[in-house]
Amino acid sequence: MKRLLQLCIALMVLAGTTHLQAQEQAHVFEGAQIIPITGEPIENGVLVVQGGRIVAVGEAGDVRIPRNAVRIDATGKVMMPGLVDTHSHIGEGDGGDGSSSLHPDVRIMDTIDPRSGTFRKAVSGGITAVNIMPGSGLLMSGQTVYVKPKPADTIEEMLIMVDEENNIYGGLKMANGTNPLRSNGSPGTRAKSAALVREMFVEAQEYKQKIEDAEGDPEKMPSRDLKMETLVEVLEGKRIVHNHTHRHDDILTAIRLSKEFGYRLVLQHVSEGWRVADEIAEAGAQASIIALDSPGGKLEAINLLNINGRELEEAGVDVAFHTDDPIVDSRFYLRSAALGVQQGMSRQRALEALTIAGARMMDIEDRVGSLEPGKDADFIILSGDPFSVYTHVEQTWIEGNKVFDRSNPEDKKYATGGYEIFRAASHNHVHE
Amino acid sequence: MKYSAASLMTAIVVAFSGIFSVSEAQIAVKGETVYTMNGSAITNGVVLINDGKIEAVGAASDISIPNGYDVHEAKVVTPGLIDAHTVVGLAGYYNQNHDQDQLETSNAIQPELRAIDSYNAREFLVNYLNNKGITTIHTGHGPGAVISGQTLITKTAGETVEESLIEPSKMLAMTLGSGIRRNFDSPGTRSKAVAVLRQELIKAKEYAEKRASGEDQSRNLKSEALADLLDREITALVTAHTAHDIVTALRIQEEFGFDMVLDGAAEAYLVIDEIEEAGVPVIIHPPMIRPSGDAKNANMETAAKLAEAGIPIAFQSGYEGYVPKSRIARYEAAIAAANGLGFDGAMHALTMGAAEILGIANRVGSLEEGKDADVVLFDGDPFEYVTNVQAVIVNGKVTFANE
Repeated sequence: MKRLLQLCIALMVLAGTTHLQAQEQAHVFEGAQIIPITGEPIENGVLVVQGGRIVAVGEAGDVRIPRNAVRIDATGKVMMPGLVDTHSHIGEGDGGDGSSSLHPDVRIMDTIDPRSGTFRKAVSGGITAVNIMPGSGLLMSGQTVYVKPKPADTIEEMLIMVDEENNIYGGLKMANGTNPLRSNGSPGTRAKSAALVREMFVEAQEYKQKIEDAEGDPEKMPSRDLKMETLVEVLEGKRIVHNHTHRHDDILTAIRLSKEFGYRLVLQHVSEGWRVADEIAEAGAQASIIALDSPGGKLEAINLLNINGRELEEAGVDVAFHTDDPIVDSRFYLRSAALGVQQGMSRQRALEALTIAGARMMDIEDRVGSLEPGKDADFIILSGDPFSVYTHVEQTWIEGNKVFDRSNPEDKKYATGGYEIFRAASHNHVHE
Repeated sequence: MKYSAASLMTAIVVAFSGIFSVSEAQIAVKGETVYTMNGSAITNGVVLINDGKIEAVGAASDISIPNGYDVHEAKVVTPGLIDAHTVVGLAGYYNQNHDQDQLETSNAIQPELRAIDSYNAREFLVNYLNNKGITTIHTGHGPGAVISGQTLITKTAGETVEESLIEPSKMLAMTLGSGIRRNFDSPGTRSKAVAVLRQELIKAKEYAEKRASGEDQSRNLKSEALADLLDREITALVTAHTAHDIVTALRIQEEFGFDMVLDGAAEAYLVIDEIEEAGVPVIIHPPMIRPSGDAKNANMETAAKLAEAGIPIAFQSGYEGYVPKSRIARYEAAIAAANGLGFDGAMHALTMGAAEILGIANRVGSLEEGKDADVVLFDGDPFEYVTNVQAVIVNGKVTFANE
């Protein structure tokens, strides 16, 4: 009996391995409407993937089918790139603590559980790349991490490396407005919040100068400081700031500070972005927005309206959506963009806002966010129009591997929910 | 931009303002598809409205629109939609102490609290729901106490609670489960909560008996409300998510013999036979509910499973403690429609099904001659994400127009 069990486990392991290595053989998906995002939709499309990458995408007849390829009939389906979520709290990680309001040294990647059921929930919603952030309860709650929610034993396997040389695979989470205000009075006001952030960036500028003055001489280098090292990456444009912000004046404060220190800024939530859309456009800041079913719930969100996507689009701002899971469940991410369309956003920009626009906000647009040869084979197969309530995500593929299949009951339960599926649904989103 | 932002604000103020209501005595609504919810849908249908009531419903070929009627046209027309359980009006969208009246935490059993004494008809979210097609809400005290208070049923229009009231005291909101111990030191366990509830019901039974016999006794508002429950003048609305809490609710109901509606019921799919046998309707949790706490095992297909078993269901926006401050029952029904329930089942539960469970089907829930003129006009399938409400009519008055 024991031997039989061991054999079973061995077979299971083997099956898993085979599944993960199937990508070496070319896979060809035929007959679907393919939405490449960066090009016009293709009615009778063909997508060829191999070795974890996209080999070809085009119309039937125009695309060469490799010999010995696995051919998959996707007639009647809609295929598009895997969704990119620019702001999420899946993975059960955490960020900085109450000892200070500024934690650029803290890395959420050191705390994420790769086996968390929340990753399976995310792929059931079609998400294949995600910016996992620490919370908004601090001015700087830590470094964010860009991951693929694929089956993995370690967080390292999931990382999306932006800059191998400098080991960058995430941004820096910042927040302003009321969330980072603290009961102990530091910071107790918006102006103090801005002053604390400016002070720290001034310090980082000086640290950076010392490094430059050392001209590579180890004797002259300043002693290592994890906080300063991270902020130097920000000052050098290698690490993007993701700034939680709601109210129109807080949005402008976030822009003002980014201009003063010259760092790259993605505005997160931007609830009143529609009030200062021209100013955001002029500043060249990017906007990652959330769609909610009603305004209110907190004072800063009483003007959060789903016209935000339309207004920012019209002003010419680069707009992406995000879930802020658990605020919006990852399984309803497509719905967020559909609500933008309901309020007047164009379909094309709404589709981009789920994919390539978010990729740009994480510096990973060369790898994900559209279906183009050479890019990662991250895509989803839908039962119909991406913006229809009746449409389900049928399959999700990451780097040429199928990571979600709704026809498999073991996968479907993450899409619908059910008994003891989300065992550790810890909600550690810091707001108060 | 400055100009467009200003005009946008004006548009929002007009659209969201509770005072925006155009009085029109006589209206004709023409729809490419009219879901009457009383028989099959009518293609190219007409609804005539006169003096707040529905005057006639039928095919355009059968009904001539009298002179002087204000004509509205839409792709899809439905009865006013019903949110079968919310706290909106007691809970406001600012989410500050001054606008949060859905839960009183001085005592875990307070059946004497009446929603009518704290409902704010001008609350932003009431009008917001109206603009999304919700014309009737069953609202009041929320989950979180063993008995949190009495609920009411109202239209989502009107400037005072009296103006649009349908039922001043409809149900007693009760909760079983782990949520109570977050709000009260005692009861601190599930079994203690049930023990104190049973003790109060036993006391109320004696009170009801004395009341029935005309025997002298000093008035007690707590016992009076519970005696009303035992005399089946009002109904218990029991929020219970886990399967064992649902079964406990059924046990107490059987012991005391009151009318009951189950609320939430995240694990109802585990005890469908028991619910069906008890003949209890279910106001199902929002299918988009976050899987956490007692509702962590929620399944989007539960509404479909209950309907399949013949259990009456309705949809709700429920209670939200943070953002978004309210869900929208139509959006929640849409998710159930897409997860096994289908369009017809979901639309029924959002209209007639809800009206029947709430006991107000004589007035709302379908487009029928003589019923309240509550009508919603859509530019497409009411469940599709991209569909917009074109107009909302409550009691024969246009309360929202986006035409």
